[in-house]
Amino acid sequence: MIRVSADFAKEVKKRLGGETITNCYQCGTCTSSCPVARVTNRFNPRKLIVQSLRGKRDDVLTGEMIWLCCSCFNCQERCPQRVEIADLIYALRNIAISEGNVPNIYSEFVSALYSEGKLVKVAGFTEKQRENFGLPPLKKPDVEAIRAILAETSFGEVLKVLEGKE
Amino acid sequence: MKSYALFLGCTIPARQLNYEISARKALKALGIDLVDLDGMSCCAPPPIESVAVDASLAVSAYNICLAEEAGLDLLTICSGCFQSLARTNELLKRNSQLRKRVNQILSKIGKEFKGSIEVKHYLKVLHDEVGVEEVRRNVTKQLKNIKAAPFYGCHLLRPSELLKFDDPEKPRILDDLIEALGAKSIDYLDKLKCCGGLLRGYDDDLALELARDKVMKASKAGADCIVTVCPFCFINLDLGQIQIARKYNENYSLPIVHYSELLCLAMGVEAKELSPRSHRVKIDKLLEKIV
Repeated sequence: MIRVSADFAKEVKKRLGGETITNCYQCGTCTSSCPVARVTNRFNPRKLIVQSLRGKRDDVLTGEMIWLCCSCFNCQERCPQRVEIADLIYALRNIAISEGNVPNIYSEFVSALYSEGKLVKVAGFTEKQRENFGLPPLKKPDVEAIRAILAETSFGEVLKVLEGKE
Repeated sequence: MKSYALFLGCTIPARQLNYEISARKALKALGIDLVDLDGMSCCAPPPIESVAVDASLAVSAYNICLAEEAGLDLLTICSGCFQSLARTNELLKRNSQLRKRVNQILSKIGKEFKGSIEVKHYLKVLHDEVGVEEVRRNVTKQLKNIKAAPFYGCHLLRPSELLKFDDPEKPRILDDLIEALGAKSIDYLDKLKCCGGLLRGYDDDLALELARDKVMKASKAGADCIVTVCPFCFINLDLGQIQIARKYNENYSLPIVHYSELLCLAMGVEAKELSPRSHRVKIDKLLEKIV
């Protein structure tokens, strides 16, 4: 059964990044500017927006389309209606993730930021190489400060969702 | 000599010493002083915005606060860091409601975003502050035999309304800086199209298909190298070519170099000082063209 939620557009509009969704008049400038849509029909930003506007909440949030945006911002740059499309897709991803639809790579980003304050760990070998090339020792992030910040944002909820999944 | 707080980010110091070494050397030689501040974290780019936009804004603002406290403008090498930090900086300067919301979060650790500094990418600093003429004056090697395909990537240019880096549809800064070195900056099909780098990890095949298109088109235009400014473009086009050779049986062997590497080479720095082994596609063919 397809669940249609007329309130979905309102829900998205209230989110950081989702505010401009109802400006869309479906001209398709986004899709014709999209490098991903050029090589696959698995991604189509215009369709993603119309599905959201029509309330196809489950299709949007559990499908793969929201994850196939490459964040190039070409659509957002060119949209004649000033729909902030890339930001809107972040908003959709935020909702999907808060409901437990978390692609593996994003779980990795979450745990890296939380545990290291950075997304990439510097290997011991690289530290040595840095020294050999005369680079200064790396300053460390303040992980405690980052955790305290994250706890005050919806990132904290995401951590709980991920713990629940394990 | 102008001082900047250097924002290194995550990927460059861990994976691309070629970029860090060359950027530090070149900027120092051109009179830009870089200060490494304590406590800088991840900039909270698209992968984190995808998880929680509010967290991304707050972490990004936190890093800006550290530079504000030091009284220094922030300089980034990575385009991803540039986009995250410059957008946040501009958004919070413009939108008082959003600033209030972020400052409420930051108050828990005793920080406050004040909006007192600028975030700049090093290309802009080279172009606008050092100046193209000064860059040209520091060139000691001949690069006139090199046809370089400039690749701006995405996060340097867009959203232009917030980043204000260059004309998003007809940028010139990288072209001008390449020509200042005496090399020829060539035009190629889909020059401004995304390399697909951020799809890595979610859909590697798709990321590779976009990279292949880029490398193929620059090759066809007769490029001796693609000049990048972003570590993710670099990975997708450099390591990507090894994977393209395996998957598509196509061997482009097109060197990918960061602008700062080319700049160092033009200023006479020896290639071996720049961590040449950070490159998966050998750059020897390119080096032979420098006389």
